[in-house]
Amino acid sequence: MTYTAWIILTAALVGLSCGLIGVFLILRKTAMMADAISHTVLLGIVIAFIITREVSGMYMVIGGILAGLLTAYLVQWLHSLEVQHDASMGIVFTTLFAIGVILIATSAGNAHLDVQHALMGEITFIPFQTISLPLLGDIPQATAMLGIVFLVVLFFIIAFYKEWKITSFDPALAASVGIPVLLMHYLFMSLVSVTTVASFDAVGAIMVVAMLITPAASAYLWSDRVSVMLVLSSLFGVVSAVVGYLIAAWIDTSISGSMAFATGLVFLISFLFSPTHGWIAKYVRPKQRGYVKE
Amino acid sequence: MTEQVLTVENLAAAYRKNTVLHDIHFTVNAGSLTGIVGPNGAGKSTLIKTILGLHPALSGKVSFFQSTYEKAKRKIGYVPQRGSVDWDFPTTALDVVTMGLYGQIGWFKWPSRFHKAKAYESLEKMGMADYANRQISQLSGGQQQRVFLARALVQNAEIYFMDEPLAGVDAATERAIMAILKELKAAGKTVMVVHHDLQTVRDYFDHVLLLNRTVIQYGKTDHVFTKENIARTYGGNMRWMGVENQDGLPSIQQ
Amino acid sequence: MGSLLFSSNTQWVLLSTTILGIAAGTIGSIAYWKRQNLMSDALSHAALPGVVVAFLLLGEKKLFVLIIGAAISALIGALFIQVIHASSRISEDAAMGMILSIFYGLGVMLLTISNRIVSGNQSGLDKFIYGQAAAMVKTDVFTMLFLALLVILIVFLLFKEWKIYLFDPVFAKGIGLSIKGMNIIYTALLVTTIVIGIQAVGVIMMAALLITPAVSARYWTQSFKMMLLLATFFGGISGSAGTFISAYGSGWPTGPFIVVVASSIFIFSLFFGKEKGILVRHMQFRMHQKKIALQPPGSRQREWNK
Repeated sequence: MTYTAWIILTAALVGLSCGLIGVFLILRKTAMMADAISHTVLLGIVIAFIITREVSGMYMVIGGILAGLLTAYLVQWLHSLEVQHDASMGIVFTTLFAIGVILIATSAGNAHLDVQHALMGEITFIPFQTISLPLLGDIPQATAMLGIVFLVVLFFIIAFYKEWKITSFDPALAASVGIPVLLMHYLFMSLVSVTTVASFDAVGAIMVVAMLITPAASAYLWSDRVSVMLVLSSLFGVVSAVVGYLIAAWIDTSISGSMAFATGLVFLISFLFSPTHGWIAKYVRPKQRGYVKE
Repeated sequence: MTEQVLTVENLAAAYRKNTVLHDIHFTVNAGSLTGIVGPNGAGKSTLIKTILGLHPALSGKVSFFQSTYEKAKRKIGYVPQRGSVDWDFPTTALDVVTMGLYGQIGWFKWPSRFHKAKAYESLEKMGMADYANRQISQLSGGQQQRVFLARALVQNAEIYFMDEPLAGVDAATERAIMAILKELKAAGKTVMVVHHDLQTVRDYFDHVLLLNRTVIQYGKTDHVFTKENIARTYGGNMRWMGVENQDGLPSIQQ
Repeated sequence: MGSLLFSSNTQWVLLSTTILGIAAGTIGSIAYWKRQNLMSDALSHAALPGVVVAFLLLGEKKLFVLIIGAAISALIGALFIQVIHASSRISEDAAMGMILSIFYGLGVMLLTISNRIVSGNQSGLDKFIYGQAAAMVKTDVFTMLFLALLVILIVFLLFKEWKIYLFDPVFAKGIGLSIKGMNIIYTALLVTTIVIGIQAVGVIMMAALLITPAVSARYWTQSFKMMLLLATFFGGISGSAGTFISAYGSGWPTGPFIVVVASSIFIFSLFFGKEKGILVRHMQFRMHQKKIALQPPGSRQREWNK
């Protein structure tokens, strides 16, 4: 495969995984949790590095998941103590992120761990770090990891589809029919963390946020079915990745920045032209959205 | 013939500084239809939530069918207030009703045609069959409440707790819901309903639980729902309706 | 190291981060009651494209120019969030997440282009975005001080207006207070505080400075006035103590230390705060339990029935 194809494939995998996860972030009304976790995984990665002294994919993933779960747990804990939900997120993620930055500055002085790089990401170098796998041959390390993560995410979304749906829609009912709501919450946050850590190296924290929230929010404007939303959202993720790459190649700029920007274009189109919830449709057919008479 | 389905002993609950409920004792028999009545802030919703373990209890003991909540879980149905969920959620009426069966379906399994048929039947009972495939945000308030009722019916529970099912619904829905509640009662099920309209208590419920942070009175409507007891429940917040009110029922000045 | 602390530049930096903390504490309290805690995070990211465009257009790194660019860009972001939230089914937090990441992505695109066009001069721009208080020069400090003091002054002058605006907007409208006008002032003050803070402590750390002192203050008082004063105090302490600590190590970043100080104050308040602190809460719960256990059943009933 060519260099360009690897980059697009890698970004498309990010778009697929994030698109699936994002749907439930939107439906659970915790979109900003994506922002929080995408920053705090930095702390997990730094601590993994300080302990093992090597920049290895596996340790980074474990550190990132633990940091993500710690974030989710602390936010939940503060919220249970009646701190406003968004304030809990704000306090927890900035604190953990600050500790991560301090650790980098004081003890982990290493070229591979650079805050700026972590926030912006650099997909350009992805194709150069390859590993060899049976059957598939030499493929970039990040691509392989993102492929595995996509399969994991897909498995969990399908396997617990009805549980995700009920715990998102009506947690009180879910609890009363015997579904472990809290356990599902932490499982979901683990999936967010895994996706974030895997995408982190390739596209950076901020683009992960864009990919997690925007395609799903766009899909929410097109469909009134969770299943259709899942398909549309992952499709939008892939489209954003491809369009973003084309923009970046065209004006010669940051690939991950362009991809984040491209998700914005997808949303803009949805926001204006969606036939059901779009801005124009609302003005053309204002009566359509009213309640149906009995 | 009277089987005790719910026993509450010395229950108390608090929100931080304020004790909301204290000293709650009562026993509910099978086949009764109870209205839980009391002023704003009396702790009606909190009582239900505490009984179901959705709000922490300070003290006390709750038993269902002479057993624990955990063991009786399958026999308990809960209808939360309509406002407690987001009706923009991308799903259909039929799907919401099917959710009532998720506990029975079990892990890793998807709802089958059998489950869908059951849910559809339940919607039909609430007069909502025509709306089965409609997105839930396109339903009126009354229709949404019927969907919630249908979801409770499909659970086929023995005892139901309903939080203000008649709040803000149209007259047709109110009649439909009451018909179903009476049907449930006739089938030997037990229903506890948080209710806010004193005018209709006598017509709707055979038992009344007067609540104002503690149980003022509980029993048969005819015995319990008296002027004196209502006055004790509502304190000074009340104005008598005068001559046009034959039953001497009070209306509440909120 | 000791000499570094007493160098005049460090003193200026110390002064500016302290004032910044005070300004963030005051406007943060208002954001807290508007339940827009994460708005500051969204807007501080949304400022990035404006910074780069201002730099590209005018070709210089004057703080004032960059601040104006940042403010315009953040205001556009705020407007977008408002429009998306108000005219579609997208919730406010999703709208914030989108604007935050899309604007930041756009900013990174522009920054990459600017690095190519204006080579050599961009390192300072990076410093501006990620926050490096030590890199500030005296004119920067003056600009910051002026704007921060302006924010503090306006918040305190409009104290009673904020109170009814936050507590009961409908009533406020009834007595002739323009809600739209208050919204504009609030957004303008928030954006100003964010953009002057970006250079000193960085994009993410600025959000912390706006959120954490206000939430900490909530644990000590029920009065809005006291909360505002306490948040101001906590913000000021965080700013100065954080800067002080970071001056001890060479190349230690200022922002993260400020955040860690602010968070430490929060943790202390969370446990020992007299209003909702964990300790007090635990004691209250015990007291309730004891009270209920002591009373013979039925005794309280009479009290209620009076």
